[in-house]
Amino acid sequence: MPPTWARIREQFPILDQQVNGHPLVYLDNAATTQKPNSVIAALDRFYARDNSNVHRGLHALSMRATDDYEGARARVRAFVNAEASEEIVFTRGTTESINLVAASWGSANLKKGDVILLTEMEHHSNIVPWQLIAKKTGATLRYVPVTGDDGLLDLSGLDRLLTPEVKVFAFTHVSNTLGTINPAAELCARARSVGAITVVDAAQSIGHMAVDVKAMGCDFLAFSGHKMASVTGIGVLYGRRSLLDSMPPYQGGGGMISVVDFYESRWKPSPERFEAGTPNFGDAVALGASCDFLDSLGREEIRLHDGALAKEAHDKLAEIPGIRIIGPKGERGGLVSFAFSGVHAHDVVTFADEDGIALRGGHHCNQPLMKRLGLTSTVRASFYVYNESREVDALVASMRRTIKFFGA
Amino acid sequence: MSADLSDLYQNVILDHNRRPRNRGRIPTANRSAHGDNPSCGDQCDVFLRLDGDRIAEISFDGSGCAISQASASLMTTQLKGKTAAEAEKLYKEFHEIVTTGKEPEEISDLGAFAGVHAFPARIKCATLSWHAALNALRGDVAPATTESHTD
Repeated sequence: MPPTWARIREQFPILDQQVNGHPLVYLDNAATTQKPNSVIAALDRFYARDNSNVHRGLHALSMRATDDYEGARARVRAFVNAEASEEIVFTRGTTESINLVAASWGSANLKKGDVILLTEMEHHSNIVPWQLIAKKTGATLRYVPVTGDDGLLDLSGLDRLLTPEVKVFAFTHVSNTLGTINPAAELCARARSVGAITVVDAAQSIGHMAVDVKAMGCDFLAFSGHKMASVTGIGVLYGRRSLLDSMPPYQGGGGMISVVDFYESRWKPSPERFEAGTPNFGDAVALGASCDFLDSLGREEIRLHDGALAKEAHDKLAEIPGIRIIGPKGERGGLVSFAFSGVHAHDVVTFADEDGIALRGGHHCNQPLMKRLGLTSTVRASFYVYNESREVDALVASMRRTIKFFGA
Repeated sequence: MSADLSDLYQNVILDHNRRPRNRGRIPTANRSAHGDNPSCGDQCDVFLRLDGDRIAEISFDGSGCAISQASASLMTTQLKGKTAAEAEKLYKEFHEIVTTGKEPEEISDLGAFAGVHAFPARIKCATLSWHAALNALRGDVAPATTESHTD
């Protein structure tokens, strides 16, 4: 075991605390992960030494800050195996990345009669931006169905759905509610065969497994820093360079123009075209540091670790009478979602908090999927690199106590 | 269990959650309103049969946590027979109970909700059905939402 794994919990200072008289068991990682010392230190170091506005400055600090910022971009390029740094646009997070594609690419390319293909397991952030652009352009939405509680995409009818009218296929890599890992490379290839572009929501995969845009063959990939051991407020849109350079700006302002006149302006190429105003360079530096951290652990090792904990939780929870676990029985991402008949998820989460366990209960920004499965809410336990088997046992014990209390 | 948690899940609340009173649509209802809590997905419909200014019958339907379901159930038992003005006054008392934890002056099952004040995130769970009921009484057709008021 590499040294970073052996003492991993010590690298996350937040874990060393009691909550309601119990050691904190943090199982809300699909909402946001905790941050290691190295990421916190990178942020600290940037603001203590290098902070200055980027790109336009001619003084030493500004040049250092620019190097830090562009260094982070290069680091992210390598992390997702993109062809060029120009393909990495910094955003506020997954949501803004998807909104950028939908608004910019969508406004230039969608028209009445076109179809936007989504899946029934999309997070609201991969539904609503498409609804907005559909309304503006006259395009319509179409959904790939989910099989049921198994939570797999029903691909048997994909040929029927992927008609030539489909101009874009946007889907999640890993479902934030089901834990399903979708066959992203296959889906991208199928979309490409009808001339549709692909937008992959990698929010729940980027911190948990190797994500390689070339191997996947996607046109766009969106993710957030804070779900991969980095800080909030920074995210990435990867885009194929030829597509990005053909797209109109998303926002206007400083930093994204080559020439401004009183009545019209010309744009810089990507990534500057899409980064109007002072960019979030401080957090970008922290994102670069989290790429280093995750690579030091090994991303295949992370996938195996998180997947094993999710499977262990799945198998132990399945023994509780009356539990309904949703999502695939086989391989899954690092989370498990479940519901108890007669006990609402929010009551379960309140009881778990009493035991120092942080869970999430609700619709997980997946209201259409919940409706499809005939549920209003589920409890979700999601795992990360610092979670341990004993925490799965604490979760299961807490669930059993709660069920007993409510007499369900 | 901590004192806070046992205060939250009092027997009155557990009982109303397990055996909700006046659940389901009244066929003779002449007023209804829908309430949403978008942050947690809770939903509540309240149905009334108003006889003049008085609530002759009241029921609810919906889904949500034990606090929201028990609150809706208990509310129906408290509002039946009340006038609109009396209902508004009772809601003010209830709101005071769930936000401050003060027990009501007169002995009332509503006091069971005093424990909610220690869990600020759950106050909206307790008040959702009341907002729907008051909207129905006022004849307000817009759905009640926990996002449009301060509690």
